[in-house]
Amino acid sequence: MTLLKVDDLRITFSDKPAVDGLSFELAAGGSLGIVGESGSGKSTAALALLGLTSGQVTGEIAFDGVDLLANPPWKEIRGARITMVFQEPLTALSPFHTVGDQIAEVYRLHTGASRRAARERAVEVLGQVHIPDPVRRAAAYPHQFSGGMRQRALIAMAIACRPQLIIADEPTTALDVTVQAQILDLLDEVRATTGAALLLISHDLGVVAGSCDSVIVMRQGRAVEAGATERVLLSPRHDYTKALLDAVPKPGTRKLEPGEPLLRVKDVRKHFPQPRRGSLRKPPPIRAVDGVTLDVHAGETLGIVGESGTGKTTLARMMVGLTSPTSGSITFDGVDIGRRRGRSVQMVFQDPLSSLNPRRTVGESIADPLRLRGVRDPRAEVSALLERVGLAASEYDRYPHQLSGGMRQRVGIARAIAPAPRLIVCDEPVSSLDVTTQAQVLDLLEELRGELGLSLVFVSHDLAVLRRIADRVAVLKDGVVVEIGPTAEVYEQPRHAYTKELLAAVPVTDPVAARRLRALRSTVSG
Amino acid sequence: MIGYLIRRIAGAALVLLALSAIVYALFYLAPSDPAILTCGKGCTPERLADVRAAMGLADPVWTQYWHFLEGVFTGRDYPAGPDVRHCPAPCLGYSFETDQPVTALLLDRIPVSFSLAIGAEVLSLAIGVGAGLLSGARRFRWLDRLVNGLVLAGYAVPVFLVGLLLLLLFCVHLRWLPFPTYVPFTTSPLLWAQNLLLPWISLAVIQTAAYARLTRAGLQETLAEDHIRTARAYGIPERRILRRRALRGALLPLITLTAVDVAAIMTSAVLTETMFGLPGVGQLLVGAVNQIDLPVVVGVTLLTGLIIVIANAAADFLYAAVDPRVQLR
Amino acid sequence: MTTAPSAPPVPSRALAALRRDRGFLTGAVIAGTMVLVAVTAPLLAALAGQDYTTYHDGLLDSARGGVPIGSFGGISGEHWLGVEPGTGRDLFARVVYGAQVSVGVALGATFLEVLLGVGFGVAAGLGGRWLDAGLSRVIDLVLSVPVLVMAISLLAIVPQDWPRPLLLATVIAVLGWGGTARISRGETLTLRTRDYVAAAQVAGAPWWRVARREILPGLTAPILTYAALLLPTNMVVEAGLSFLGVGVRPPTPSWGQMLSSATTWFRADPFYVFLPGLLLFLTLLSFVLVANGLRRALDPRQREVLR
Repeated sequence: MTLLKVDDLRITFSDKPAVDGLSFELAAGGSLGIVGESGSGKSTAALALLGLTSGQVTGEIAFDGVDLLANPPWKEIRGARITMVFQEPLTALSPFHTVGDQIAEVYRLHTGASRRAARERAVEVLGQVHIPDPVRRAAAYPHQFSGGMRQRALIAMAIACRPQLIIADEPTTALDVTVQAQILDLLDEVRATTGAALLLISHDLGVVAGSCDSVIVMRQGRAVEAGATERVLLSPRHDYTKALLDAVPKPGTRKLEPGEPLLRVKDVRKHFPQPRRGSLRKPPPIRAVDGVTLDVHAGETLGIVGESGTGKTTLARMMVGLTSPTSGSITFDGVDIGRRRGRSVQMVFQDPLSSLNPRRTVGESIADPLRLRGVRDPRAEVSALLERVGLAASEYDRYPHQLSGGMRQRVGIARAIAPAPRLIVCDEPVSSLDVTTQAQVLDLLEELRGELGLSLVFVSHDLAVLRRIADRVAVLKDGVVVEIGPTAEVYEQPRHAYTKELLAAVPVTDPVAARRLRALRSTVSG
Repeated sequence: MIGYLIRRIAGAALVLLALSAIVYALFYLAPSDPAILTCGKGCTPERLADVRAAMGLADPVWTQYWHFLEGVFTGRDYPAGPDVRHCPAPCLGYSFETDQPVTALLLDRIPVSFSLAIGAEVLSLAIGVGAGLLSGARRFRWLDRLVNGLVLAGYAVPVFLVGLLLLLLFCVHLRWLPFPTYVPFTTSPLLWAQNLLLPWISLAVIQTAAYARLTRAGLQETLAEDHIRTARAYGIPERRILRRRALRGALLPLITLTAVDVAAIMTSAVLTETMFGLPGVGQLLVGAVNQIDLPVVVGVTLLTGLIIVIANAAADFLYAAVDPRVQLR
Repeated sequence: MTTAPSAPPVPSRALAALRRDRGFLTGAVIAGTMVLVAVTAPLLAALAGQDYTTYHDGLLDSARGGVPIGSFGGISGEHWLGVEPGTGRDLFARVVYGAQVSVGVALGATFLEVLLGVGFGVAAGLGGRWLDAGLSRVIDLVLSVPVLVMAISLLAIVPQDWPRPLLLATVIAVLGWGGTARISRGETLTLRTRDYVAAAQVAGAPWWRVARREILPGLTAPILTYAALLLPTNMVVEAGLSFLGVGVRPPTPSWGQMLSSATTWFRADPFYVFLPGLLLFLTLLSFVLVANGLRRALDPRQREVLR
């Protein structure tokens, strides 16, 4: 039985179409994924289902026999029969009310239950989404929850009134990969236990692969391809779908020829003193990096993988001498890194916009390290560098905000290779880019490494990216390397439990493999 | 929390101590010699030496400052001819002009300045927040314009200019109100309010516009936040969203501001008090300044410093009290 | 790959926005005129053939207590804005010389405040933990000084023969740089976490080069916006101090002091209140309009949106 039927939906913002003729159907209890890169109109379409878009909407949206475009009784639909889970769990809940109160408020509003009954229901659904100690946690404020817990709370709110349809708009984009897997598993579980249909919106093919029966691929407001998940992902027909699937990083094939150790990290620790909170006694410091020993060999790419808060950025910054370690030593060619700054080790940053001074032209930014080396008129050299990273020499006089994300990251790379370094530390260099751009930037880095005889340290949270580019991988957890070894070995025979958990959490685009991993996860977490 | 409290108070005390040292150094080491001033006309060198000794000016500066601090915390004794005069803590010395204890002079004047500040604050909060909410919820276009214009004008009109014009209009031309004289609240609340009305208005004009703008901006900012969208998506009625969620976020910045503003009005009401002839702390200062009555000047400066320090601490506490996200540390 | 729409760089975009802002343009014209009047005061007074000290008793109506003879404060071909009640001094000359004091002191004080505030703020923001802690306490201290009270007291005890306008500007600035310092420190702390600062450090740039090339340009917009609002605020403080009689010494005129002496005349000669009041209001309003325009053009949040 069809629960939701969307026919020729068009949404325009001041004459610019955001959604341009979208049609789909969703059966009761079914699950549908909408995939697209930023600007494809997927979120706009989702908001339109709840009448929350400010654009001009035409077409037809029928939900369980109700025409949602003809001023339906929203009070009975929003939050009761259709509910929504948002992308940013940090801001999606009111900071001034407890989690339990917010869920109870929605429940009371739609069911007219007593205060007491509503509070009980809030605790019940919090338990249902596996929040430990739900009675106590219901009285906590959202900021006292972790990101994953907040998203669970939001899902609890979504199921409180036993809806027929749950819309999840990029529900895991802001989360770590293991937490992402947990939330996706939870959504799957909730769908099975409550019988609600799920509309899952994501930019990541891997996210929808394991969670949805059917998939729509959107681009510039149109559905370019739609069908059963397995059919679309395993035998795509449209070029764009193929391109998206191709852009997903594939394992690299390079053979490792280990050179001499270039950068040696020996038992390095970095502790940050914590401010006193409440008590007069000083709290113990945060051990961001807690005893890391590793070598980077000449000519290799060392991948460092870790989730947020594992100390990987701190480690990267110590490797280039930006932060000095609390104890331990980092030497480059036998010399302490703190004294070698400026020449042989360079860095590429995560956010290419923040790493370029917005008030200076990109050419000036690249010229800076050259000037520091004593080059008087670096313009010619900068032009050559720009062309080397695939940009036109004429980009010299443009400002960072005039460039796209991928172009900015190319500028960042040009700046890093300008002083002819031997090692470049890349801190999440592609994580803020769309998948297609991501692939291009990775290609460029590969090329440069071979051509300039560089060594690379590649820090990332993304296992798929590392598998493609790294020769060896170090897995970082709580400031400690739990596993290090050749990439193929770590990926195929992980030894540490955390590595296994990470690998099981990685979204894959093969629906069959995705389901196998989900089963694996449920046995791991038991 | 207790740890925070202790450190906050210690910090405030340090700021006050530093302030007192600076004030003391500036005023007692200033080029104008207080002994000559006290001694008056026709002063003989012998008499000057006596005065010096009596005022403790013969001692080194840090001894003088130490005695001053002692006076503040434990009280101190002054030689007065053959007798000794005891000045109980908190002792800020005696006025050169009137020979009254400075502490008593200040205590006399505080109620006036406080009445002025509180009344102006209440008035501007009530009108400002009301106007800000109405224009923030986009009820009236014209109100929006009015608030915008007033904010600009608010910066451009000095308080004394507003006061002057109000006096000219209501007391001289229309004769609706008598020239203000201070009547204590305890004597007659009605007369108290009537006499303070013009000073209140002249102080409130600027503040009102500022509050209205802050409230409006806060409301619009909060209404654009993600959690408001969540509330809408869950079918919570717009009025309830406005009342239960947006209001809280919009009024947060105002709460902290209120404490600071009351202090600011109290400490900068010098002009208003002088203009309307209200016997407040500010007027005391202007009088003392003209007579170079140093103990009074130092006393007023320290008192106003104390008020500002207390207000800043109060603002921090209030902020933590209304926003669960803020942790005092 | 999508290309961001090409837009002109930040400074020229801000200029374009300002050129379209009618409020800003009006303000700029009036403010510019006032500054010009202040600079050319002696010339203007000479042009009118008057000075600000000569008494003209003959122009006063002694029967009415010294009110100027004639309408609007005795405006005539000789005395373009009439004469002062009680003394008969030429008001035009007094007003233009008054502009010199009011505008000059406000500009001087603001300049000093920015110098002090940015210096302390950037030093605190870039310095280590201890330097920052120390300087922050100093800034806290300055922020808890009751400005008006302290200024009145200070100006009262300083010998009367020191150069008053310079003294006024210095006192206002020394007591009032806390806000600029706090903003500079905050901005510096934010800017130094930006990756482009890290990039410059990795490239081997020394701290002073980082401060000059990466930090200071980022401070321009917020400090300019803030300083533009400080200017009218300082002008109000100067007027207030002169109004209370601790500002410039007679016979040097200032608008605040003219207003103060006008309080005794406002029944008999309302025009005398009206003139300095209006000028003060107009000048302040023009500065505020300029500041408002700058804020709108340079507001980082609006820039974010454009980006």
